[in-house]
Amino acid sequence: MFAFTRAQAIAFAVMVALILVAPTVLYPVFLMKVLCFALFACAFNLLIGYVGLLSFGHAAFFGMGSYIAAWTAKNWGLSSELAILAGGGVGAILGVVTGWLAIRRQGIYFAMITLALSQMVYFFCVEASFTGGEDGIQQVPRSPLFGVIPMQSDMSLYWLVAVVFLAGFLLIHRIIHSPFGQVLKAIRENEPRATSLGYRTDTYKLVAFVLSAALAGVAGATKSQVFGIATLTDVHWSMSGEVVLMTLLGGIGTVFGPVLGALVFGSLETYLAQFGDWVTVTQGAIFVACVLAFRRGLIGELAGRLGLTL
Amino acid sequence: MPLTRRALIGSATAAAAALSGRPARAQAPVLKIGVLTDLSGPYKDIGGPLSADCARLAAADFGAAAKGLNVQFVSADHQNKPDVGAGIARQWFDRDGVDVILDVPNSGVSLAVSGVAKEKNKIFLVSNAASSDLTGKACNPNTIHWTYDTWMLAHGTGAALVRSGGTTWYFITADYAFGHALQRDTTQFVNAAGGKVLGATKYPFPGTNDFSSFLLQAQASGAKVVGFANAGADTVNSIKQAKEFGIKQTLAGLLVFISDVHGMGLPVAQGLVLSATFYWDLNDRTRAFSERLRAKVPSVRAGMGHAGNYSSTLHYLKVAAEMGAAQAKASGAATVARMKAMPTDDDAFGKGSVREDGRALHPCYLFQVKTPDESKKPWDYYKLLATIPADEAFRPLKDGGCPLVKS
Repeated sequence: MFAFTRAQAIAFAVMVALILVAPTVLYPVFLMKVLCFALFACAFNLLIGYVGLLSFGHAAFFGMGSYIAAWTAKNWGLSSELAILAGGGVGAILGVVTGWLAIRRQGIYFAMITLALSQMVYFFCVEASFTGGEDGIQQVPRSPLFGVIPMQSDMSLYWLVAVVFLAGFLLIHRIIHSPFGQVLKAIRENEPRATSLGYRTDTYKLVAFVLSAALAGVAGATKSQVFGIATLTDVHWSMSGEVVLMTLLGGIGTVFGPVLGALVFGSLETYLAQFGDWVTVTQGAIFVACVLAFRRGLIGELAGRLGLTL
Repeated sequence: MPLTRRALIGSATAAAAALSGRPARAQAPVLKIGVLTDLSGPYKDIGGPLSADCARLAAADFGAAAKGLNVQFVSADHQNKPDVGAGIARQWFDRDGVDVILDVPNSGVSLAVSGVAKEKNKIFLVSNAASSDLTGKACNPNTIHWTYDTWMLAHGTGAALVRSGGTTWYFITADYAFGHALQRDTTQFVNAAGGKVLGATKYPFPGTNDFSSFLLQAQASGAKVVGFANAGADTVNSIKQAKEFGIKQTLAGLLVFISDVHGMGLPVAQGLVLSATFYWDLNDRTRAFSERLRAKVPSVRAGMGHAGNYSSTLHYLKVAAEMGAAQAKASGAATVARMKAMPTDDDAFGKGSVREDGRALHPCYLFQVKTPDESKKPWDYYKLLATIPADEAFRPLKDGGCPLVKS
């Protein structure tokens, strides 16, 4: 059903095994954060890797998903799965609006329109009262799953996050390898030709955009459940930049690349925190090295060497 | 000797007891203090590495080692991201055995860490965040707010300046919640003191670099005082441009640190009026504190946030020594309750106390920045205009809406 190649099936099994084993070795809250960013990067990769659209405004969907999930969980007492779905829903709605405008243009113009719209969302969040301005929405309770299963402990929440991530990952994989995904790839390679074959390319692009935005919203919503906060960091344009960096580092257009990219990126942010300035310096150096030395990203390079599709 | 099972078990137990017993006697429990600050961003100068230096100085001054306390320090950069800050705080409390988190500039990060400290029943001594919500509706039994907050800044500058003749005001306000709050609070104090606000202009935040039109409006208003309800780089930029326009009105910065003044230089900053709870050259005790710090960090002087870290660490160690390290580690809320019961006394802030909502009380001072001629030595920047006693400097207990306060 998921149309894994042999190499992909093995890589997927390794990834699931690592997700199962990792919390015994590493700090679960850190892993949850990595999984949220991994889902975010996978959603972003769906657009850049398979439709060829570089969105520079994905922070808007991620951040809004985070705000809505935090707000509904805190004020309406929504259970965690509903809060996460609400975040995804808002991401999708914003995606419809942004995508409807943005897909009319390509390349740099597409990136600029998405950036402009996401900055509008950012300033809305700075001003709006429900977001709490620069203080953000704080002390969001970890609401129980389905209203009954308590999520207070880090481990129980970890399994929820892992399930959300794997579901999103498999959904993206399924989309890419469906007939719909084939059309997306055709658009990426040669849009006029896809049009000449009778595909309404705008519709396909819009649907892909909305799917990507919705999954980004889910990722943001899950993150707000993990940390119990939703703040301006998530809607700031630098978040849009970070997701580009994660995807690029792991490998654009590979299924597993964004996951590895998110892991590397999250590790830098966490384990270099004691060294101050070095976080941003290292991120920049890695970005430069990546662009100069291995343009296909870590997984892309590995897959290329081994002659596999990952 | 034939080795019986009983002998084997007996000797093994004895060996295990000997092995495990020795380190337990040799080591007192470690009190671990985490300095969570901004090491790379806009608040590096008000917090940053100097915050950790001040905390270490407090341990040295207290003679922690001689009193049998084993104190260790760690520090980390929260990158001004609340999720990074909350993540580090969780990891410190859960995995690394940290008992106290200090400093935390940036209100968003502070509110997040405060929640984590309560959840894990540890201690949070915040010195560098402005939000008065930390001792208001977001207060909790594990958090103490040192040094300053928005209420105190607005009150200090607003009320005291009106009393010394600045009766009419015009505001230049950053258009976001923090700027609005500062303007609203200051307006209230100006009116209460018999002054009058003639007008205000809001500028888009963030991203405004050209303040000329706002400054011209302020100039045209004819108000005696121009209040800047903003912070950080915006304050520095707007004050620099005010000087370039030759604005003669009194300029009042509502959130200005000595590092900002140092960055602007006296030719630009002279005449600026501001509130602070600490100035290194205020009295003999603050000078003594600054000399000790200078021996370690020669190039810079502590700002009020840094001094707050010194003061809060010292107070914590006093309480921990009295309770015993093991007791002090057991429950954050219980230790904080003892810290509230004991009066504070240190070189940086003098005598003070901690209120039941977690507000540390100390006097607040209204300063004016000296002219280049008046300044005799490096970092000789402020002259004292007025002193607001500790019991008036901060928001009255009943107005905060802190759930810990039983009316």
